[in-house]
Amino acid sequence: MRIPMTEYLIIDLDTERWTCKVCDHDLGDARGNYKEGTLVYDRDPRDIHQSILDPEKYEFTFAPDPTFCRILEFYCPGCGTQLETEYVPPGHPPTVDMLWDIDSLREKWTERGTDPASVINYGPGEEAVADFSPALGSYNSLSASAPHSHS
Amino acid sequence: MTLTVNETSNASGGDGTSQPLTDQEQEWVDQFMDETTLFLGPDPAIMRSHQITSRSAYEEECIAKGIDPIQIDRIRKRLAGALDEGYEMCEAMGAAPGAKWGDLTTAIYTAEGDVTYLSCHGVIAFSAILHHPIRYIMKYWKDEPTVGINPGDGFIHNDARYGNVHNTDQSMITPIMRDGQIIAWVAATIHEGENGACEPGGMPSGSETPFDDGLRMSPFKIVEKGELRRDLLTFLQHSVRDPKLQLADLKVKIGAVQRIQERVDSIIDEVGIETFVAALRVTVEDVEQEVKRRISELPDGTVTFNQFMDSTLKENILIKFACKVTVKGENMTVDLRGTGPEILNRAINSPLCSVKSMMMQAILAFWWPDLPRCTSAMSPIDIVSDEHTWADAGYDAPMGQSLQASFRGFSALQTAFAKMQFSNPEKFSNVLAPWFNQINTFLWGGLTQHGDQVGNLCADLNGMGGGAKAFRDGEDAVSPLFCAMADTAEQEVMEEEVPFMQLVSKRIVRDNQGFGKNSGGMGYEMIVAAEGTPMWGFMTVTSGSKFSSVTGMFGGYGCSTNPLAMVKGINIYDIIRKDSSQFDLSMERIMNDRPYEGGKYTTAHMGLQFDVAKDGELYMIAQGSGGGYGDVLERDPESVAKDLELGRISAHVATTIYGVVWDPETFVVDEEATRQLRHDARQARLSRGKPYKEFLESYVQAEPPKDLLYYGSWGDDTDELTATHFTSSGPERVKATVDKLPLIMIPDRREVKIEKLEERIRELETKHNEVVQRRA
Repeated sequence: MRIPMTEYLIIDLDTERWTCKVCDHDLGDARGNYKEGTLVYDRDPRDIHQSILDPEKYEFTFAPDPTFCRILEFYCPGCGTQLETEYVPPGHPPTVDMLWDIDSLREKWTERGTDPASVINYGPGEEAVADFSPALGSYNSLSASAPHSHS
Repeated sequence: MTLTVNETSNASGGDGTSQPLTDQEQEWVDQFMDETTLFLGPDPAIMRSHQITSRSAYEEECIAKGIDPIQIDRIRKRLAGALDEGYEMCEAMGAAPGAKWGDLTTAIYTAEGDVTYLSCHGVIAFSAILHHPIRYIMKYWKDEPTVGINPGDGFIHNDARYGNVHNTDQSMITPIMRDGQIIAWVAATIHEGENGACEPGGMPSGSETPFDDGLRMSPFKIVEKGELRRDLLTFLQHSVRDPKLQLADLKVKIGAVQRIQERVDSIIDEVGIETFVAALRVTVEDVEQEVKRRISELPDGTVTFNQFMDSTLKENILIKFACKVTVKGENMTVDLRGTGPEILNRAINSPLCSVKSMMMQAILAFWWPDLPRCTSAMSPIDIVSDEHTWADAGYDAPMGQSLQASFRGFSALQTAFAKMQFSNPEKFSNVLAPWFNQINTFLWGGLTQHGDQVGNLCADLNGMGGGAKAFRDGEDAVSPLFCAMADTAEQEVMEEEVPFMQLVSKRIVRDNQGFGKNSGGMGYEMIVAAEGTPMWGFMTVTSGSKFSSVTGMFGGYGCSTNPLAMVKGINIYDIIRKDSSQFDLSMERIMNDRPYEGGKYTTAHMGLQFDVAKDGELYMIAQGSGGGYGDVLERDPESVAKDLELGRISAHVATTIYGVVWDPETFVVDEEATRQLRHDARQARLSRGKPYKEFLESYVQAEPPKDLLYYGSWGDDTDELTATHFTSSGPERVKATVDKLPLIMIPDRREVKIEKLEERIRELETKHNEVVQRRA
């Protein structure tokens, strides 16, 4: 059984591995830190949050100060999807943001007896529909090609 | 020095060996301490607990008579109606600007002070924290011969150290009594603004001691048997800048709680005291049970989310707010250890109760908004925190801008929950990126055009950008994190009462967006200038000018940083009167083009202490955006083109962030070129990204950058905090557990600046061989 844990990360309870929802790339032991399976880039925050006021004239410009703030970008090595970002001071160790109890997760889903693809959504409301079927369904065929096409 | 009640010590002999007291001796000591207590400070036993009390004997008796769930529900709905009525009275009649926009609440409590129900509108946190003062009143004033509690009495309170979000909010707390017994409490709380603090407006970013924070009202009786005590009222009016406001809103709150009490009276007349008491208690217990069930449905595990705040509101530093949320079965623990130490001469510290009240805001408004609005929702959650951190500050720390820490408490829980609930089929709220978390607004004060002395703030604090949802963009300037139904008000109405105009109000700032597959709701800019008053000034009280205040979610980006921009030495009104074409204002144009000759153009972080504004000088800020959700390269290209066409984003952002190609004339997306650009962007990620372990080797440092004033744990696997303290020979970085850290006091920034300038003068004198004799 495959459980979507975030927008782009799936835990495969059978293999106990993190995988990418977009391309099925293996991201490591589901009992550990998925970030260990990613590619990381130390992004100068001014590349993303660009100055609106002239940085030649002013210290405060709408752009973060790179000596205070860096953006760590975590990419899937298979498809280049940006799985997560993290805002940290320069040199601060990345946060292990999620650690899950896999035995308990398996137990809960076994008890529920439902198909994650059909019961997980984004919450209340007609618009809050999440369609994980293509990604979760790809498990059976283990297709080598990405189950999602990029726009 | 901090004095707390019930402190006793064992007698010890001269050799230091402890000698336990006999029962009789202990009784004498207790009696002596009771009779000679110097000062009843905040009671740690009350202040550290957010759990509901156990059933009282009377509640047990009432519940034993039998419970009809339908009747309980009916009582609850009637209470909700009564509380909403009280809320609307405060909103309609309140003199405080905050009251007019919904920054208030009403609630009903059990006899022991547990919140049973809040009004459906208003600020959850205001009521979620009042169990502290109610328990204090019950413990210390109920049986105190000089105080006592009688029908018609009302207690006032504002000090955060006794249980409040911050000192600018004032509560009216009144008992519901039958046959001489307290069976419940009703309270109304309004964000009053002015409170006599060192700066106008009640939320001083400049407070450096607890005595700068304004009124320090421990809970005391100001209404006796229905009559407002004029002597105490006069004392309060004398202690604040706006005596009319102090009187008016006291009356408004008294009126509101009396109306709620009338509605409660009719409920009790109808159902009887016992059923009423049982309904209050059962609601509290039912919510607690339901929350335990909901926790048990979440996946077991730990979600960690760190925040870094970049300002003391006087200078830029980095201080960490650490948070680990662990779920195991029906238990949840929120662990704040690793959070930076309190800073004893800056306003950003918060008592833990205030942080918890904002966590309650996240739980009741963003996790489980369907629950009855009852704060036992947090009762099953354990919160672990080190005292004397900035999110769990001690009695001696200033707390004028405690929102800086308490709002981080909100963000910690709101942000973590997206990961906690994502895989759960049972959701009661949408998967959401972080909400903006700063009150980017102008506080103001001085003499009005009518000759009144005032101090308060603009409603724009309520215009925070909403976080992106998993399935749609966040809403622009939608609501503050602390109040879903708050209003950003009509500035034109305010202009009747205050001597300044918002020359630009609520105009979206281009590119001020949390980028993502779904973008965060955007913030707008505000430009203000005063005129026609002998004395006026503005303040700003937020952080996030160097380090983004909120992050993104699942690959999305956070918000921009926000500057304060000013043009001094001009009069914009004179300029516009002479040439109306100059009324084309935006922060970007004014600051980059510098169109006004003679003006002094400056930017600063968003901690502006009260700054005297001469006629026509410009002050400019912007509200922030919510976090973005998902990979930017998955954003619908048509949505990018639409944002571009509307001027919400620049061409640069559309190309470099979103990877979209379009026809500049028609804004029609070139699908093939976009597909190629995005493919190239993904390939670029693959080539520049480093494998995690290799990345750690080159990126992670053993400690923060040398020149950065950093406070908090460095990494998450340490019990020690890193901090810089200032010795007589200069700054010194230390690393220790919080109990072993030296007191952190930051030197006056003006003295620091003078020292640097003097050093520069000495350098130049040496360079130019100039000899200057100076006397020490």
